Amino acid sequence: MGATTRGTGAALLAAALSMPAGGAAAYTVHVSNERSNTIVVVSPETLKIERTIPVGRRPRGMVFSHDFARLYVCVGDDDRVDVLDVASGTVVESLPSGPDPELLVLHPTKPILYVANEDDNMVSVVDLERRQVVSEIQVGVEPEGMGISPDGSTLVNTSETTNMAHFIDTTTLQITDNVLLDARPRVARFTADGAQVWVSSEIGGTVSVIDAGTRRIVKKIGFEIRGVPREAIQPVGIELTADGKRAFVALGPSNRVAEIDQKTFEVKAYHLVGQRVWNLALSPDQTRLYTTNGVSNDMSVIDIVAGKVLKSLPVGDSPWGVVVKP
Amino acid sequence: MAAIRGMIRGATARRVLAGALALAACTAVVPVSPARAQPAVQTVPVGYLGQEEAVRTPLTFLRPELRDEGLQGARLGILDNDTTGRFLNQDFELVEAILPRGDDAPGLAAAVEALAAKGVRLLVADLPADRLARLMEHPGAAGMLVLNARATDDALRNERCRANLLHTAPSRRMLADALAQYLVWKRWDRWMLVVGRYPEDQAFAEAVRRAAKRFGARIVEEKSWTFEEGNRRSDSGHTTVQSLVPTATQGAEHHVLVVADERDIFGEYLAYRTWQPRPVAGTQGLVPTGWDRVHEQWGATQLHSRFEKQAGRWMTQRDHAAWLAVRAVGEAATRTRSADPAVLAAHIKGPDFALAAFKGQALSFRPWDGQLRQPILLAGPRMLVSVSPQDGFLHPVSTLDTLGDDAADSRCGAGK
Repeated sequence: MGATTRGTGAALLAAALSMPAGGAAAYTVHVSNERSNTIVVVSPETLKIERTIPVGRRPRGMVFSHDFARLYVCVGDDDRVDVLDVASGTVVESLPSGPDPELLVLHPTKPILYVANEDDNMVSVVDLERRQVVSEIQVGVEPEGMGISPDGSTLVNTSETTNMAHFIDTTTLQITDNVLLDARPRVARFTADGAQVWVSSEIGGTVSVIDAGTRRIVKKIGFEIRGVPREAIQPVGIELTADGKRAFVALGPSNRVAEIDQKTFEVKAYHLVGQRVWNLALSPDQTRLYTTNGVSNDMSVIDIVAGKVLKSLPVGDSPWGVVVKP
Repeated sequence: MAAIRGMIRGATARRVLAGALALAACTAVVPVSPARAQPAVQTVPVGYLGQEEAVRTPLTFLRPELRDEGLQGARLGILDNDTTGRFLNQDFELVEAILPRGDDAPGLAAAVEALAAKGVRLLVADLPADRLARLMEHPGAAGMLVLNARATDDALRNERCRANLLHTAPSRRMLADALAQYLVWKRWDRWMLVVGRYPEDQAFAEAVRRAAKRFGARIVEEKSWTFEEGNRRSDSGHTTVQSLVPTATQGAEHHVLVVADERDIFGEYLAYRTWQPRPVAGTQGLVPTGWDRVHEQWGATQLHSRFEKQAGRWMTQRDHAAWLAVRAVGEAATRTRSADPAVLAAHIKGPDFALAAFKGQALSFRPWDGQLRQPILLAGPRMLVSVSPQDGFLHPVSTLDTLGDDAADSRCGAGK
């Protein structure tokens, strides 16, 4: 889930169902700018920045608390997690996270954050009530992506140089399986039913779909875009629709987002967005996709029903993560 | 140490290629579960061969004298391999050997035999070109896959190439082409070339001339730097240099001064002192390099951080090339689940090999000359300026092959 995490699947679905049709919902889009050191809040109606919140240095991965009152932001250059009060738009406290936190994930029911420490080959387990790191899990070189199963029993961490997805039992905090992937695995996301884990390999240029039960790769999805060199296709952010039908993958410097059929794994379309697209977030009603474009410093808004890009808006310097609060 | 199976002694290039094809057919990905099964640990010995030499003092006071350049990169490569190996029951061991100073044939023979006796069939060579060429002539090296992590000489990739010799260090032509692409992209296409007196300076100058021709720049004037070299510290300080450089760089109108001074004897003196106010590039100033501390993108900071914790200094191009060589072996062992050197060598040279190296894309070896294709950094003294290949320099297969010898340029018979 990582950079593009909302709350639990269940909470999301409930929010989606309670929403009026036509996307006229009072949700908000939050973007982290790794160079501006800010979080900006964008209104989906006006597609304008409503608020700019200064945070620690190099904000990247973000996740909301269960009640969406707090936003946890990895500020890697300050070696901590900043906690935003969403209503007031201010940083109210900071949590220890271990060195250079990049991506994090929240346990779906318990007040526990799991943080990847890129510089330290560790995943830190942060108890939100005690406000401290309560455990560390030794993983491969340069831990990055973090995904958690909908029932909270299994944590998946990717390590970029070891090229593996580590499956971690959240009760024992032991690694139970290691799945070898193409080069530089980045983002790991469970499907809404918990049956699969999708992992992007940035340098390998593929997305691996892992069966969460057998821990075997059931499909490796490749990409081909006419007129774009193969090495520019670098998958990072992944979003999976809750209905199990569609998947979206940000393809980095190819400036495209791939749309994939979750069932057949067939690539249906490539949406042209801004430069170096990092991460993605679906709107609560699953009709829009928001993308962070790190080099062109903007966010693209895709109408995924009509299959077209509605708008690009500047959001700050080097936008990286994006999450949606229903 | 586990027994080494299937040594590649005497293996022909053809057999190695056949191995690669067999491998390609069976690279299905299966999960690994150390928690469920405990197979015997596979030990993968990786040789490192360096040589003792006089310590070179950099002209700048900001950089330390290096006594362990290359070796520290290889050691970090082993640590990185072992972190992954932990999950796969693979253990990597660096077998280090250092040749004595000078051209000592018995010393070389003894070292090669000792390495072979310790099971080394995959060898990282951290040697200058001539010593490396002698190593390759030794019968003991015939059964090894040698990864050149230091010598940038183009001849080693052409006339003197070998089927069992790969290069993780970039070639001079790659470096010169990387710089040329950037200068041409800037439309700074009139160059003054200032060349030092040593053979390696001449070799770099030759690569620069070739690059100018390839990418449409003009060398409008060439100068030799023939002044006496001296100590970097003297009580007379900067005044002599301040009067010397302007006259030495007087000449035809140019956009940029390109310097060839690989031994770092005078190049640092040029910037801000030239006759005309012109930027300096080449071996000093804006430097094309495989690795530099100013590089931060694509996760490079993590590698810097691990290296600095281990070595207590910055990682150089030579360290990075040695790290790459060891990582290439590690990557092959991970992908093939094998410790068999013949299997590893075949995978490294095969079509499925892809190495992530903090340079933004997967790296692989060119089949025609064994050179690792890689982006080249353009490092300023305090900031990264750019990374080549530059936009607009196209290639039908990989834009990385716009740097250095493409298949059609290659004069290597061994790989073809």
